[in-house]
Amino acid sequence: MIPGQFDYVRPGNLDDALRILKDREGEAKLLSGGYSLIPLIKLRLAQPALLVDMRDITGLDGITETDDELRIGAKATHRQVHDDAIVQDHYPALIDLTGVIGDPQVRNWGTIGGSVAHADPASDWPAMLLAVNATIVCRGQSGERLIKARDFFLGTFTTAIEPTEVLTEIRIRRRPKGTGGAYTKLERKVGDFATVGSAVIVGLAPDGRIDNAGVGITAVADSPFAATDAEAILTGQQPSEELFRKAGDAAGAQASPAADVRGPVDYKRAMAAELTVRSLRSAVARALSYA
Amino acid sequence: MTTQHISVTVNGEVHEADVEPRLLLVHLLRENLGLTGTHIGCDTSNCGACTVHVDGRSAKSCTMLAVQADGREIRTIEGIADGATLHPLQQAFWDQHGLQCGFCTPGMIMQAAWLLGENDDPSEAEIREGISGNLCRCTGYVNIVKAIQQAAGTLREGESAPVVAAASVDGQEVSAEPAAAG
Repeated sequence: MIPGQFDYVRPGNLDDALRILKDREGEAKLLSGGYSLIPLIKLRLAQPALLVDMRDITGLDGITETDDELRIGAKATHRQVHDDAIVQDHYPALIDLTGVIGDPQVRNWGTIGGSVAHADPASDWPAMLLAVNATIVCRGQSGERLIKARDFFLGTFTTAIEPTEVLTEIRIRRRPKGTGGAYTKLERKVGDFATVGSAVIVGLAPDGRIDNAGVGITAVADSPFAATDAEAILTGQQPSEELFRKAGDAAGAQASPAADVRGPVDYKRAMAAELTVRSLRSAVARALSYA
Repeated sequence: MTTQHISVTVNGEVHEADVEPRLLLVHLLRENLGLTGTHIGCDTSNCGACTVHVDGRSAKSCTMLAVQADGREIRTIEGIADGATLHPLQQAFWDQHGLQCGFCTPGMIMQAAWLLGENDDPSEAEIREGISGNLCRCTGYVNIVKAIQQAAGTLREGESAPVVAAASVDGQEVSAEPAAAG
């Protein structure tokens, strides 16, 4: 397939990129790894007049911990996150997630920022960012905006980012003791988009009750969503199989899947429930072992 | 439509070109540079037949623009043999019959080469995961996995691959019909 024609620029820094986005407002798309955008351009589902390649913009791929946050630069590839020492030591949920995005080649080049800004309704990162209600940092010419994940994903391929802004960083609350997370994905074959994906984060109180819970679900609605009914069921309760099942069923009920080649509506609801149960088991076990 | 001037090192050789931004890396390799060993299979980022190394990282060259390769080092299937001596992976795919139609083989070998660069002693599961972005519609993967295991052993031992002249494939050719693309 031959993409339609477009112009291409490779600005040397973020300020130049922001100026170009302003000058060509609405016509330009940012290019990072390209593994989401280029397939769409080849299919001519996206026909931007200008691609702004972020390659030469430095300083956007670091992975660091501050006193209270894990900060991941937008240009960090899925593989970089997966291989990062901090992530390996403390964030097994992110290891789950970055191990199942696309395939090895996609993970070698695809970036967290590209994936989040693209906002495919079946993509993996948004489920996790919703579960932890991450902060998404967007830079425009007038400064930085911090947007919570639950205000960011607005619909299919639609986010709160402005056409003149660049997504620069993802910030996740630093993992407190007694918390654990997991991501479970069902796919027809390796490398496929999710049939359903369920991200869970739980924090346990000293008496073992679930103090706080976050559940993000992908691929079974117009946009990844926070399963708030499931979160409400979990909060304040002692973890148990029965509780997990109740929460899973609530997550399935809150989904609004479309029937397609990956399955009928009822099946997808059932899988959203089941995957949430599995993520909960794993997340609680990890919380208990991170005391 | 403006063109972009790019400079790309392919298998150690520098190539300069003026290209449209929409030119895909796989088309640069195959059509502009005549390196047709890199195949186009699905053209939708699924099958991995077009896998090459870009600055040492395996990539699907149908999902990368030629302009993105500017200033980078590309390695293709044409660049892995040592003269007439096959790369241990090429030799292993031959020895283990790791191919039938051969269409997926260049991408499969390049992905396996990347994998063995990351992990010189992968388990069978790690091999299968490592090539999960590469589809083969003929073999069922069993002999591909065996071939990668053989090559991993050869590379670990640091032995040079058995000397086989590339020209001696006469009579043992495998078909590479595009119709069999997976």
